[in-house]
Amino acid sequence: MERGTREYTLWSIGILIVLFFALMPVLWIISLSLKTPATITEGTTFWDRFIPQDITFENYESLFTGGLSESPFIAPLINSILIAIIATTIAIVLAAFAAYAIARLDFPGKALILAGALAIAMFPAISTVGPLFDMWRTLGLYDTYPGLIIPYLTFSLPLAIYTLVAFFREIPWDLEHAAQVDGATPYQAFRKVIIPLAAPGVFTAAILVFIFAWNDFLFAISLTSSDASRTVPAALAFFTGESQFTQPTGNIAAAAVIVTVPIIIFVLLFQRRIVSGLTAGAVKG
Amino acid sequence: MARGGAIATSDRTRSERRLGWMLCAPAVAAMLLVTAYPVGYALVLSMQEIDLRFPEEGGFIGLSNYEAVLTSELWWTDVFNTLFITAISVAIELALGMIIALVMYRAIFGRGVVRTSVLIPYGIITVVAAFSWFYAFNPDTGFINQLPLVADDKAWFGDRFSSLAVVIMAEVWKTTPFMALLLLAGLVTIDDGLHEAAKMDGANTWQRFWRITVPLMKPAILVALLFRTLDAFRIFDSIFIMTGGAQDTESVSILGYNQLIERLNLGLGSAVSVLIFFAVLIIAYTFVKGFGVRMAEGRPGS
Amino acid sequence: MSEITLNGITKRYGDGFEAVRDMDLEIEDGEFMILVGPSGCGKSTALRMIAGLEDITEGELRIGDTVVNQIAPRDRDIAMVFQNYALYPHMSVRENMAFPLKLAGVDQGTIDSKIADVAKVLDLEPHLDRKPANLSGGQRQRVAMGRAIVRDPKAFLMDEPLSNLDAKLRVQMRTEVARLQSELGTTTVYVTHDQTEAMTLGDRVAVMRAGVLQQVGSPADLYGNPKNLFVAGFIGSPAMNFMPGRIAGGKVSLPFGEVSAPESARDGDERQVIAGLRPESFEDVSLVREERDRGVTFTAKLDLVESMGSEKYAYFALGSEGVHSEELEELAADAGLDDVPGGGDQVVARLDAASGLKRGDEAELWVDTSRLHLFDPESGQSLTSG
Repeated sequence: MERGTREYTLWSIGILIVLFFALMPVLWIISLSLKTPATITEGTTFWDRFIPQDITFENYESLFTGGLSESPFIAPLINSILIAIIATTIAIVLAAFAAYAIARLDFPGKALILAGALAIAMFPAISTVGPLFDMWRTLGLYDTYPGLIIPYLTFSLPLAIYTLVAFFREIPWDLEHAAQVDGATPYQAFRKVIIPLAAPGVFTAAILVFIFAWNDFLFAISLTSSDASRTVPAALAFFTGESQFTQPTGNIAAAAVIVTVPIIIFVLLFQRRIVSGLTAGAVKG
Repeated sequence: MARGGAIATSDRTRSERRLGWMLCAPAVAAMLLVTAYPVGYALVLSMQEIDLRFPEEGGFIGLSNYEAVLTSELWWTDVFNTLFITAISVAIELALGMIIALVMYRAIFGRGVVRTSVLIPYGIITVVAAFSWFYAFNPDTGFINQLPLVADDKAWFGDRFSSLAVVIMAEVWKTTPFMALLLLAGLVTIDDGLHEAAKMDGANTWQRFWRITVPLMKPAILVALLFRTLDAFRIFDSIFIMTGGAQDTESVSILGYNQLIERLNLGLGSAVSVLIFFAVLIIAYTFVKGFGVRMAEGRPGS
Repeated sequence: MSEITLNGITKRYGDGFEAVRDMDLEIEDGEFMILVGPSGCGKSTALRMIAGLEDITEGELRIGDTVVNQIAPRDRDIAMVFQNYALYPHMSVRENMAFPLKLAGVDQGTIDSKIADVAKVLDLEPHLDRKPANLSGGQRQRVAMGRAIVRDPKAFLMDEPLSNLDAKLRVQMRTEVARLQSELGTTTVYVTHDQTEAMTLGDRVAVMRAGVLQQVGSPADLYGNPKNLFVAGFIGSPAMNFMPGRIAGGKVSLPFGEVSAPESARDGDERQVIAGLRPESFEDVSLVREERDRGVTFTAKLDLVESMGSEKYAYFALGSEGVHSEELEELAADAGLDDVPGGGDQVVARLDAASGLKRGDEAELWVDTSRLHLFDPESGQSLTSG
């Protein structure tokens, strides 16, 4: 039936509630990051606790003092960024090859590969941690970039492959032939026609893989031990406070905000893509 | 003529096949390298006594590690915790996710806002979210205790089940969005015309939901359930950050980590990992065979 | 009593677009009323408003004596057959048909016997326990009808129920639908874009265009006395031929000769008109005897002659400029003839199968000008029909 103002109001309220619940932990951690160490444990009412009484940026500043060698945060941040980018790049390249083959060519074992990828997505990572720990120590990959990048590849490939296969299936491959008939070489046809069509899918898959690598905790704490390759999630878990007895709450919160803001921006900018990537292929016809 | 054509076709097919395999090879290698081999290796390790703190000792001990694990109270406590968390969080996520999916489906405006608010939990690092929830519920730093109806001094993390409750809330917050997305994907496949026909046939909204929408969404629901159950079973990050396993709140993955990385007892730890692996297999098998989840519609996710 | 009355019914959207404008229609109890028109004319919207699936912006809708504007579809006691059938895929045929009855709280025994009856009539008995996905198009269509029939509603609403069937099946089902309706005697409102269906099925036909009702009447009425250019060109296949003409001094000059103007168009100054002659009004001169005086003989070079077996269609050009009018353009667009060259100037004549005329012949043809229709070029209104 016709939508009256009453329905609009109800919808608006509902949407606001959903929005609030989604953002609440984010707002809270931002609030924590702005509190002085003294006021973190003060306050007797809800608003006193939720809103910082004394706003300060020293939590953020102290994260960066001491430069690369002393700061508890800069090295892990760099590690996170580099490892995520490298893992994403390699994963996308490998997945694109495989997805192109699966979407476009006909060969036995196609279904098996897809099923296998699915199986790996369901795999308990903890079951590989022990052997990897042992193997990496023997191979000298412990506490190194490759040591993390390799398992990240393994566990993000299924997601990347599925997303890309779904996107590639949508491409009308006849366009390549049409371009060739129009006078393009196969390479030109691929570059000028197929790549622009494939780009959005590749971009989406890259975002999803990046989020996966950015987010990992288990491998990060198991396969690293120092700032050489420790990423932010792992570093956060081992932050120390000013003294043995103080919790570095403010620092942790500030660090958390710094690594969360880029993700939120990503999500805001690319929400449509991310949603279609996550659900592509899950819809049957 | 025909013979020449036949040879040309199979040549093309053969080269297409080769190309296909070649293109897939690197990805397949990357995937197998870190899963097939290590699992086999874990099996081997699990049957040895290996404590990296005492590297000179050790040797094949058959299934004694398994015996030790399966008779340990800690293991069964952890299994209970894991199943408890899994069952409750998945149940809540399914209900909440369905509501959110319906909201997103029928939203006449603000779709972008809802979509964003749904993806933020997805994008946030689990550890960050865990910290946020931890500090919120911690009596010293948090604001939950300051809410009406909550005791001012409730020690959420001092007690087993209240700790588990917070863990469950954090999990639900983090992954309900993904559940909602999967369910939404299933929702949109339902032909609008069916709802109209049901309206004409005399069904009200409630009846339409239960008799038309839910039955037709069964495949999507089952796939979502399967992935979420497996995910929940592997819970690690949140518990590590919020309680570290204290108050008997460990999950099986935490046990595995403690044995392997903290205690460096690769033998016991591997036994735990292998057992977890089999548990996951059983869950997956039950869903596929028992509930008839159609894997063609499955997809890997968070 | 289940008459359906539309009074000033209008459907206006937020942006001002009017899908249906000020429609007045009275459908009698037990009548088979067809709503016909090109796509976008508002017929489906009108039907959905009767169903309650669309809100009515202005006007009053009554079923029986009750004003139903605000009543939900489920309380209007009408059944609908959708274009794509909308069968519940997860239910068997039996369950599909039982669904509305279950919702209404009918007891199982009655449900079973009603389904048995309807299944027998529609020849669905062997399929009762199968799922829609396993049925052919025709079978699914019958299940959709069965679901509507079991409810024994006040009225049936059908939204292009036959358009998803192949041509032969469509013809077959057409007679089925007609037979069922006359047996059941339920008021039926049927939407289609196919004028053949409209002409063969309906007690009365309502022609719509761009949201406005053009004319309502029996098929014969619409065929013989179209009120405007649109109805004249829409009804009848092949379509009426239009050509320019001029009225002066009680006579009409047409491209192939002069005739005396019909009564209703005799007065007034000299002016341009659009003349319409159906293909059926033409004939091979050699086959015409008694009626010669009623018409005019002329020669034309035949561009094409199509032999259908039971009759022949001859195509020739008039040598005139053709006619232009908004109504004709809309008709042409609907039939996809926009860009076909020569469409404006070409005449189709239906000849008896016995005619020996062939393509390229300089044929002598006769046209029955007592069946001439004249239209005002600007308003499109008929000058000859009442």
